[in-house]
Amino acid sequence: MHELSLVTSIVETVTETMTAYPGARVKEVRLRVGALASVIPESLEFCYGIASEGTPLEGSKLVVNVLPVVVHCEPCGLDSELAGVQSFRCPQCGELCAEIRQGRELEIEDIEIDEAEVTA
Amino acid sequence: MTTRIVELRRGILKKNDELAADLRASYTAAGVLVLNLVSSPGTGKTAFLERTLTELRKRGAKVAALVGDLETDNDARRLAASGAPVRQINTHGICHLDAEMIGRHIDGWEGVALAGLDYLFIENVGNLVCPSSYDLGEKIRVALLSVTEGEDKPLKYPTLFNSADAAVITKIDISEPCGFDRELALRNINEIRPGIRIFETSAKTGAGMEEWLAYLAEARVALAL
Repeated sequence: MHELSLVTSIVETVTETMTAYPGARVKEVRLRVGALASVIPESLEFCYGIASEGTPLEGSKLVVNVLPVVVHCEPCGLDSELAGVQSFRCPQCGELCAEIRQGRELEIEDIEIDEAEVTA
Repeated sequence: MTTRIVELRRGILKKNDELAADLRASYTAAGVLVLNLVSSPGTGKTAFLERTLTELRKRGAKVAALVGDLETDNDARRLAASGAPVRQINTHGICHLDAEMIGRHIDGWEGVALAGLDYLFIENVGNLVCPSSYDLGEKIRVALLSVTEGEDKPLKYPTLFNSADAAVITKIDISEPCGFDRELALRNINEIRPGIRIFETSAKTGAGMEEWLAYLAEARVALAL
């Protein structure tokens, strides 16, 4: 897998964002990762510790929110969450669903930062 | 200290996605149909592509291939025997091709211009995990599976099969000695990617190639519309 290169990209993006908040400290970086993104959260967290060393992200926490696959069923007209990724059938009617509404996400949702008080 | 939440909503692979979007626009402008071939090592991507390039050239199509491999240029040499221009991309340990590598190898490709091509094939590095995350700007992603691999490959690697536009079963000439359960394989592919076009082929005997070539021709016509 390429978790290290993903984490490197996360560190770059957040470091760039932090230039707008001088003196602030990153507490948490939150990701949205779809179940179909072929990313292993534990592996991301492991790489994160190494990749964030010596950057404004050092010591911060990486939170990986895994999103289940959501399919759209044509006959039902419904969007439903799937329990796994072994079968793309509508949980309501059992029909195969070609349309994926959620599950391929791989993004940084937001970051939580501590800003130093501005002293006049 | 005050705590603040800064919303980013930014794709982690945004850089690749942006480059892929640029590539897609350049393929469209050039009128070339681009396919990305993905499979495990040993599925027979190169043999399948060799046959595809040879057959397309016989029919007068202008074809070229970019081939990804960790270290050697063995595959490029094999494919070049078809007479089509072929360029090797050595990733030196990287397990997938990305849009930057593709762009760089198209730009510096001596004697080959996108606008002069009907089809460009990209043979990805043999890997069923990582290539699924990297958009190369291709129109059609093809997942290949050989009869020697086991019918449950699509269930084991759902991400890759789910992101494919077409599936190719290779080496069907040896399906019997391999005890290949055709019905099960077709069902598994369809379970992961409902409605996908599936081609059952042998690069050795040529079985299934006519259907595959007809699909390519249709896809090219659709591109021009």
